[in-house]
Amino acid sequence: MTTSPAIEFCNVTMRYRLPDRRIPTLKEWAIQRLTAKLRYNDFLALQDVTFTADGGETLGIIGANGAGKSTLLRVAAGILAPSAGEAVVRGRVAPIIELGTGFDPELSGRENIFFNGALLGRSRAEMRRRFDEIVEFSALANFIDMPLRTYSTGMVARLAFSVATTVDADIYLLDEVLSVGDESFGMRCQERIERFRRDGGTILLVSHNLPTVERLCRQALWLHEGRVMARGPAPEVVGQYHAGAFSPSFAGRFEGG
Amino acid sequence: MRNAAGLRPSVLEEARDVAAFSHLLANLVRRDLTVRYKRSVLGFFWTMLNPLLLMIILSVVFSTVFRFAVKHFEVYFLSAYLGWTFFAQTTTGAMSSLAWNGALMKRVRVPKVIFAFSTVLSGLANLGLSCVPLFAIMFIVGAPLTPALLFLPVSFLILAVFVFGVSLGMSAAAVYFDDVAQMYGVALMGLMYLTPIFYPIEIIPQKYLWLIRLNPLVYLFELARAPIYKGCMPSLHDVVISAACAVVAMVVGTTVFRRLAPGFYRHL
Repeated sequence: MTTSPAIEFCNVTMRYRLPDRRIPTLKEWAIQRLTAKLRYNDFLALQDVTFTADGGETLGIIGANGAGKSTLLRVAAGILAPSAGEAVVRGRVAPIIELGTGFDPELSGRENIFFNGALLGRSRAEMRRRFDEIVEFSALANFIDMPLRTYSTGMVARLAFSVATTVDADIYLLDEVLSVGDESFGMRCQERIERFRRDGGTILLVSHNLPTVERLCRQALWLHEGRVMARGPAPEVVGQYHAGAFSPSFAGRFEGG
Repeated sequence: MRNAAGLRPSVLEEARDVAAFSHLLANLVRRDLTVRYKRSVLGFFWTMLNPLLLMIILSVVFSTVFRFAVKHFEVYFLSAYLGWTFFAQTTTGAMSSLAWNGALMKRVRVPKVIFAFSTVLSGLANLGLSCVPLFAIMFIVGAPLTPALLFLPVSFLILAVFVFGVSLGMSAAAVYFDDVAQMYGVALMGLMYLTPIFYPIEIIPQKYLWLIRLNPLVYLFELARAPIYKGCMPSLHDVVISAACAVVAMVVGTTVFRRLAPGFYRHL
């Protein structure tokens, strides 16, 4: 076991600089630029976020919509560079598993499996060895040679989860994915998450489903408007979130669901 | 992996990054080449049939209607047209490739340059394939196949570097603005007529010749036309200018891409 944590966020701030309205065309941008009408608003998706997750830990991340949960996963995956601070991730990161994935709708399920394996740096030969396991787990054997555009949302999510979790990585980032798929698939997902944990894999699990977080995660982190509100044992943090988020003094600060 | 504010990899680190993703690169190229032909019965043969059919149409149009007095007109035309197809298809392809793979880039860290690079590689594969019907046509019409043809790989490589540079710049701009792709389509049309592909350069009036000389494609296409059509090596003058254009395109394209890439997430 290594002594340094698998994921280490140190004062991570993520600032999005957005124009005050969307400028879709070059023509419009040039006009706005010339007439000096272009103004930007800064939006802080993460503010001074500091936390660590040890190897083998399953950390639940909870918070209202727009709290910065998905941004946090993207910084951990190295997709977004923080505006300030630094994030250190030790190990191989699996693609973020989320709804609406980066599969190619024209390719068949089979081809998409190889394609996704390549994203993780796996050769075709290696993917061929793991192919049967992936198909079996997804329970999509009958559809595997059909183009992905014929799949339902749940089927795509099943395939995504199967591929990403069969090519063993050290760190998994799950964004609200356990809520799709039918019940039997949900059970198998949970079994698999248990297995990662036994194998020492680190998981960041974003979910609105608080009972799921409490069941799967020993530790949790509560984000609110980009700040860490609490970090500790899952039942306590969930309790604080409940008490805090729905207390009258707090509720006024929420916008939308 | 360290992900910190203001940390931008050098060009060399980025190149190493692309090499580390060679499996992804292979898959992207394979996808480009197979999806393209998946729904056509003729499959890969289409690459070869396409220039052949075009050649028949254009040689009828230009040698009977416009009557340019060019010997072996079909060979003259194809020697530049293959390069033009590579240029036009790859640069437009790179733009849509980056946009299509936006969802992918949001899920996993990949070197963003890899999409333009894979488009250039599959374009080169198609260019190589389309040489087969070209040589067949040359043989049929009795145009000489000379040892100068051995220079073609070098010609295409220089062209590919140029195309890669343009693809990088254009694809990055197309992510930011929706109308770039449309404007580029119009620009391509204009550029095609400004390039002596299906007309001999001699028909350009002397006073407009400078305009044609400003077009880098004229020199780049001459690198292929000399060995294919004229049966000789291109002049050193043309090689040097072409290589310089390729380097400039790469430097400008890379700079633009690296400037714009950190903001892709806002637009994809």
